[in-house]
Amino acid sequence: MGCTEKSTLLESLKDAGCRVISGGPVYLFFLCAFGVLFFTGVASGVYSLFIAGSRHAYGTYREIPLALLIATYIFFVVASTGLCLVSSIGHVFGNRDFLPIARRSVLLALITIISGFLVIGLEIENPFRMMFYFFASPNFSSNIWWMGALYMLYMIFMAVEFVLLMRESHRIAAFFGFLSVLSGVSAHSNLGGIFAMLSGRDVWYGPFLPVYFILSAMMTGSAFIILFSIVAQKLRGQGMNEDEQKSLALVSKLAMLMIAAVAFLTIWKMITMTTGGETRLITLHETISGSHAFSFWVLEIACGLVIPFFLLLGSGGRKRGLMGVAAGFMIFSIFFMRLDLVVMAQIVPLYWDLGVKEFSQLHTYSPTWKEILVALGGIGFCGMAFLLGEKVFNGFSEIRYASAVENGKAESEP
Amino acid sequence: MIFNPFDTEKILEKSETISGFDRREFLKIGLTITGVFAGGSIASVVSAAERIFPRGSYFEQYPYKPHYSMVIRVDQCIGCRRCEKGCVTTNAVPDYGWRTKVLEREVPEAIGQKREFIPVLCNQCNNPPCVRACPVRATYKDKTHGIVMMDNKKCIGCKICMVACPYNARYFNEEKHAIDKCDFCFESRLSRGEKNTACSVYCPADVRVFGDLSNPQDRVYQLIHQLQKPVWVLKKETDARPNIFYMKG
Repeated sequence: MGCTEKSTLLESLKDAGCRVISGGPVYLFFLCAFGVLFFTGVASGVYSLFIAGSRHAYGTYREIPLALLIATYIFFVVASTGLCLVSSIGHVFGNRDFLPIARRSVLLALITIISGFLVIGLEIENPFRMMFYFFASPNFSSNIWWMGALYMLYMIFMAVEFVLLMRESHRIAAFFGFLSVLSGVSAHSNLGGIFAMLSGRDVWYGPFLPVYFILSAMMTGSAFIILFSIVAQKLRGQGMNEDEQKSLALVSKLAMLMIAAVAFLTIWKMITMTTGGETRLITLHETISGSHAFSFWVLEIACGLVIPFFLLLGSGGRKRGLMGVAAGFMIFSIFFMRLDLVVMAQIVPLYWDLGVKEFSQLHTYSPTWKEILVALGGIGFCGMAFLLGEKVFNGFSEIRYASAVENGKAESEP
Repeated sequence: MIFNPFDTEKILEKSETISGFDRREFLKIGLTITGVFAGGSIASVVSAAERIFPRGSYFEQYPYKPHYSMVIRVDQCIGCRRCEKGCVTTNAVPDYGWRTKVLEREVPEAIGQKREFIPVLCNQCNNPPCVRACPVRATYKDKTHGIVMMDNKKCIGCKICMVACPYNARYFNEEKHAIDKCDFCFESRLSRGEKNTACSVYCPADVRVFGDLSNPQDRVYQLIHQLQKPVWVLKKETDARPNIFYMKG
């Protein structure tokens, strides 16, 4: 019995390997390119942390200790939570139209959270101490601790959910999906809470960020699903079936709704920053007409909100080319949203209000190449794992969700 | 008046107007603190009960014994920065970091003295944001003397305490592979029987008065518990409840 199982597994792995190798030159090129990015990123991170020292290798410093790598981490975990939330609409909350995207979304959620952990592992100065003291000396009042614990649970639930989805156990998968949603939302709002509870940082402080993080997660998740579903379709070399098309059209509508929600929150964040003190005013000034104006208006507003909204609107949920471009714009832009969110709250010196010489200039931050390589390493891992996943799981082409629905396994559908 | 929040000249102006504003604010805050004291409590120094019970409904007492604090007599500071050097020598602070710093403010249009110096350091807060933020309790508030301490072997280097601190009092020390900060010279001096911090000892102008706030015989206690001269703290609005007090005169 055991032997049979072993040989079946070996055969499956062999088949998967064959599918990867016979993926075609373009597929293999991108797989290798992402692989190179991943390994270069890891090498750069290991060198920076353990040989050169982060003070010499990274662009962070005393006044801006959190920057590109934290932003990259946030980018990935935001995407993961969003993918989990969007996919749960189908297989947890019973909306059949979202079922076709479930498996790929869950796998992508797992990949993106691992990418996030990879990047943060190369940002934290003592990652090995963390593995021990996280359990040996927990601080229950720390948002970081709760975020870490909840994301660990989230990863476990997601992994179980994915296995169950692949095994067609939709009923139990839905239960684990529900647990994933609960832990994901809790973890993600705690990530917002890390910043939102720092009373000494005017720009972050307050209940805005946990709410914003959840909504922007849905936006990011929708963009990831659209882009990666279209890429997966190209990889398969076959047209999308009707169910998948319908699913994607709905996801694009959801993306538009989330863009509107994030735009609304951004507008009100800006308006409220006109009051509440000098730090907030200076930050606002730098954001909209100072050194970060290009990043804000072009990379965040135009590329992330305006262009994709109208592209999605123009696509009507059918023109996949437009939808893919819109999703690409969104993902590209969201990365800069995270970077600005992290960095901008640190540019005004803490002693600015004293009017002292030492802190009379705003702080600036430029990432180093080594830092950029680590961030690209995360992207490399994400791309590589996605491409491998598509071939290993055969593009999720044996679509059995229809039969699952027919058999009444998505029982929460009214 | 037209509301113009993006008037760069206005929002980027620094010491010119802050000085006058600060003087009034300092006086106001000082009066508030001493005024509260007249009613039986000190604004910054609170027992844990204050977190639970409404203000005024508990019996006031100092949470630590000794309750280490420092009074900085800013108008006495001449900017010689010997305190900085004393700190570096005593605590092996590397050149890329600092535990204490003397900040300088210039007010060219002021009458008489046109410069003043403001020493800053870890405020050993009673409600320390860094301690709450640390995920592994690598930084903690000592239950005996109230100094915010570091347990270097636990520090994972996530740097959230650096961001959480409203006083920019922390930096990552490469040699220690941990965050470093002022501990009132606890490791280098107090734990070895010394009674004063290095910065205070090195100061030729008696700017930094270190002592036990819970001891009525102590100079720190007496400087804080008087009504004639205003006493203030930095960044009171963060509710960190600092133990570094500032005064003039």
